[in-house]
Amino acid sequence: MSDTKVTMPAYVPPPPRRLLEPHRIFLIALFGAIVFCAVWFLRWDWLEKYQWKLIHGIWETLFLLFSTAAAGFVLAVLLGLVQVTGPRPLAMLARGFCTLIRGTPLLLQLWLLYYGLGSVFAQYPEIRQSMFWPYLRQAWPYGFTALMLSFAAYEGEVMRGAFAGVPRGELEAARAFGMGRFTMFRRIWLPRAFYRALPTLSGETVLQLKSTPLVATITVVDVYAIISRVRQDTYLTYEPLLLLALIYMCLTGILVLLFRFLENRIPSRGA
Amino acid sequence: MKHILKTTLAAAALATTAFTGALAEEVKVGIAAEPYPPFTSPDSSGKWVGWEIEFMDAICAEAKLDCVVTPVAWDGIIPALTSGKIDMIIGSMSITEERLKTIDFSDKYYNTPTGIIGAKGDDFEATPEGLSGKIIGVQVSTIHADYAEKHFGDVAAEIKQYQTQDEANQDLAAGRVDAVQADAIALDAFLKSEGGDCCELKGNVEDDQAILGAGVGVGLRKDDTELKDKLNAAIKAIRDNGTYESFSEKYFDFDIYGS
Amino acid sequence: MAASPVFLNLDLLALSPPGWGGVLLTGFAASLQLAVGGFGLGLLIGIGGAFGKLYGGPILRDLLEVYTTVIRAVPELVLILLLYYAGTDAVNSLLMLAGLPRVDISGLAAGIFVIGVVQGAYSTEVLRGAIKAIPPGQIEAARAYGMSPFKTLRRITLPAMLPYAIPGLSNLWLIATKDTALLAVVGFSELTLVTRQAAGATKAYMLFYCAAGVLYLTLTLVSNRVIGHIERRARRGIAGPM
Repeated sequence: MSDTKVTMPAYVPPPPRRLLEPHRIFLIALFGAIVFCAVWFLRWDWLEKYQWKLIHGIWETLFLLFSTAAAGFVLAVLLGLVQVTGPRPLAMLARGFCTLIRGTPLLLQLWLLYYGLGSVFAQYPEIRQSMFWPYLRQAWPYGFTALMLSFAAYEGEVMRGAFAGVPRGELEAARAFGMGRFTMFRRIWLPRAFYRALPTLSGETVLQLKSTPLVATITVVDVYAIISRVRQDTYLTYEPLLLLALIYMCLTGILVLLFRFLENRIPSRGA
Repeated sequence: MKHILKTTLAAAALATTAFTGALAEEVKVGIAAEPYPPFTSPDSSGKWVGWEIEFMDAICAEAKLDCVVTPVAWDGIIPALTSGKIDMIIGSMSITEERLKTIDFSDKYYNTPTGIIGAKGDDFEATPEGLSGKIIGVQVSTIHADYAEKHFGDVAAEIKQYQTQDEANQDLAAGRVDAVQADAIALDAFLKSEGGDCCELKGNVEDDQAILGAGVGVGLRKDDTELKDKLNAAIKAIRDNGTYESFSEKYFDFDIYGS
Repeated sequence: MAASPVFLNLDLLALSPPGWGGVLLTGFAASLQLAVGGFGLGLLIGIGGAFGKLYGGPILRDLLEVYTTVIRAVPELVLILLLYYAGTDAVNSLLMLAGLPRVDISGLAAGIFVIGVVQGAYSTEVLRGAIKAIPPGQIEAARAYGMSPFKTLRRITLPAMLPYAIPGLSNLWLIATKDTALLAVVGFSELTLVTRQAAGATKAYMLFYCAAGVLYLTLTLVSNRVIGHIERRARRGIAGPM
């Protein structure tokens, strides 16, 4: 969500509340009762059979999340930088790329890459005989690419603003100290832009986590795919999906806490 | 402010109920939303065509039912039936023990062998020995997926599960899987289609009644015995009066009803 | 193999039957219906939710907090599956309890409901922020003039929060248009699913996926233009560091 830069007049907040008020205790009890009913009345006997697969699936999801976010972030820095300082045609190209990726559904991009590009690759014997084929015939390179590009495009837009928003004076000061262009970039511009972008990084990573299950539609076996297997094997609808929602909620929670910890570690006064 | 809140919530609630459609009158026939030629596939005008659509028209006419085709994602088709989104499944669904625990079936309306195809020039047989080290593609939650897991699971390099048969075939053509196991007729249709010239039939798999089941039936809710009786009578009637043969001839040069 | 000439075979996109253009456009129309309906429903939920969060009782506020947190933490794909199956099931179970006959919930209605519930959580947050941004004096003034709460809502709160809400809401609209693609997974014939069907039937994968991409992109670009226009109108008379 992009928030406006308008100076916001004060809203008068209600008096601060404590965590445990009488109604909360009631709500928690109610929630506990619902959870108890879910555990008691629904079928969970499949859990034992699939638990190792599930753990493996969670690992796969997390691996996909962090690898695509890291690679995507590097690409995003380039995209942001090119849009701010690059030569005009290159800047336009980067801009066009961001618009293209942000303007179409990720699912479509994923299928375009896997089924579209994959079928084109398969037509050329040169590619089929090349050393890359063992990788190109698998599904995860396509999932990785689609997720990485998507992360890069969304975060690239943020990085553009972050680079542009670093106060001129700081860069001028760096130059006055006699820093070269690259040193200035490395020591001042990039870190400052990074701190400015850090708050959005948390949100973008959560969004990225929520995009990962899409790769299950191209046969990558992540936690979502495992749950689909359970659904198809047992014909249960709710139990596996509820567990899946719970797993993602936990993952999101952990991510948010992790980023909060990181943000507190980095002093970013007034960024 | 409480008042405003109530009004907006009421408006939201009203809007929600306004979207719910008309009361059910006709029989909704669930078919898989994924193309499965030559049984069910959409044509370029968006209409569903194929052998099973003609079969449906025939039994619905015979049983005097007002049938409406309702495409549902294959992996959610049984929940859709049990939750009442659809009333029966005509989706090449084989009658198996496992499925009978959840839903009921009419008598079978066709029964065909299970085949395995692979790329031309890649010689192997449709046996566990032949498939050892191969990547096998199957459609998810089908008898073929179960069969491949049981008989080839230990020897194959990987068993890839696809949402649709089409994607499995496509990935075979693209060289991402080495073999595809499916209904012999569906595979035959693929081999004869454009893009199917890459591959050939490697043979039929050995029968395993417990998994491959006793043919394909109409999926029904367990309590829907009235519909079941009507359908069984209709299937028998179109078998007897020649309707079944007359529309089958357009698609197949043999009797797919099986023995 | 025949697929690369097929990529250039634009006849496949012709509007009338041997071409699949008509099917694609029908799917696009379905996507638009879903997006508009889902966004609208989300807006209604959002208005209710925002007021509930700001002015509701403690229980309501906590429940809304749970709603927005859960929806924003779980992937849309999972929510869509859950709500698509569970939603219709729940409605029918409730009706059975009340002794009423089952209703048939169309795919479109279920889809709109699903997108609306997801969007509602996000628009609750957007609108809550926007309402908080209104100078309290304006609402107090309205009250001092003797306006009823509903009139205050209609004449002051909603129009005054609009400029603050538009950037967030326009973002949500763009998300809604793209989230409709996820309904392909439950077999709803919107643009992405019909594209896959067309591509599967003709083996012209690149052509159809690119064509669908162009349609989505056009929708986004047109939306951006319209949003820019609305934003300029809504900001009339507002001085600010723009």
